[in-house]
Amino acid sequence: MLSKRLIACLDVRDGRLAKSVKFVDTRDIGDPVAKAREYYLDGLDELVFYDITASSDGRKIILDVVETVAEQVFIPLSVGGGVASVADATDLRLAGAEKINVNSAAVRRPALIDECAHAIGNQNVVLSMDIRRVAATADIPSGYEIVINGGRRPMGIDALAWALEGERRGAGELVVNSIDADGTRQGYEIALTRLLSGAVRIPVIASGGAGEPAHLYDVLTAGRADAALVASMVHYGDYTVSGLKRYLHGRGVKMRMSW
Amino acid sequence: MSVPAATIVDYDAGNLRSVQRACREVGMKAAITADPARVRAAERIVFPGVGAAGSAMRSLAATGVGAALVDAFRAGTPILGICLGLQISLEWSEENATRTLGIVPGEVRRFRLDDPRLKVPHMGWNAVRVVRPHPVLDGIGDGDEFYFVHAYRPVPANSSDILATSTYEDSFCSALGCANYVATQFHPEKSGRAGLRLLERFGAWDGDPRA
Repeated sequence: MLSKRLIACLDVRDGRLAKSVKFVDTRDIGDPVAKAREYYLDGLDELVFYDITASSDGRKIILDVVETVAEQVFIPLSVGGGVASVADATDLRLAGAEKINVNSAAVRRPALIDECAHAIGNQNVVLSMDIRRVAATADIPSGYEIVINGGRRPMGIDALAWALEGERRGAGELVVNSIDADGTRQGYEIALTRLLSGAVRIPVIASGGAGEPAHLYDVLTAGRADAALVASMVHYGDYTVSGLKRYLHGRGVKMRMSW
Repeated sequence: MSVPAATIVDYDAGNLRSVQRACREVGMKAAITADPARVRAAERIVFPGVGAAGSAMRSLAATGVGAALVDAFRAGTPILGICLGLQISLEWSEENATRTLGIVPGEVRRFRLDDPRLKVPHMGWNAVRVVRPHPVLDGIGDGDEFYFVHAYRPVPANSSDILATSTYEDSFCSALGCANYVATQFHPEKSGRAGLRLLERFGAWDGDPRA
């Protein structure tokens, strides 16, 4: 059977690694290429680059980063941040990205998902969703709302409805990122992850809030996630990729343990 | 020994550069081509691909690359099929109900995935059990896992062509081989060092399937 995946997310701004806390304070923490290589050699299952540069110069830089990493990291590589067209997706694919993450631009114009799925295949289109908890209303019956622009702009869209629409339009995978949990190190939002994973038949990647190994265990079991995404836990050296995998394996989670 | 040279077949079935990079990483020369003459003349061939069987077969027929591949197979050229490359080397695919190249007897069927907990497609890392020793699969260990992305499964007609199996809804063929042709349903170019070792062994393989 499939192993659960441990995925590391590298936020890249102007070619450098940044870690956002609740999407606001971003600190420079190093060279993304070196980090990517280090995690790959330590048994990482998949790598995500998120380009948080707004400028057009930054777009060029992320292509260079992806190209350099793809030459030395032989696991699936996923890239997102600012993808607004099939041309953006194709540029990143040519640079070496396997999968393309779409987020805000797809919320604004959902047909982007269909277009990317048609151009690069459903399995390579990842719908990344930033979600915040709200009071349940007629418009947001699940009590989870989609936000965009790095979490600053609520969209009045129900997260469960958007996940199902994304799947129907051809997304091959979902990233469920809790804005409430992101950067807090208090744990993933289990109820949200479980709700969405149970509703779709595509894999769900849990994101936001990991602070200790038990959080990964919880979201991969009770949260029914297919993969857990980590960032600051490994970026600052508090934990290693292999150490997290050994911990999960030791608690009975099926992980790839040979690399 | 001279540097092994892989010819990577381009037939409009996805991005081939990750395969090219991985071949180079293990010391092979790796050129991408859509020219049937170069396919026929290749020292060894990598036949990758992602996408749908129907459009892949149309492209292979239109360019003449499909016929060149079959000729290279008959001439004894070592060939490594990957993912869709594996699937269209069989005789028929349920995907688009397409007749395929027929290098290996058998067909391709969709996973049934009746269990709603099973995600579609089969995507991620899974174990590969070698059931018939083969020089290219030599050294795959018990704990080694490989990266898969597919919704259809190969069903070779002869069980002797099944080289390895994996389990999703049940056991399925994840590597197959016949004479100088060997193929994996998984992506060695995305499977970390276990995948690179497999590519390295393909670079050293003379096309004799005996382990």
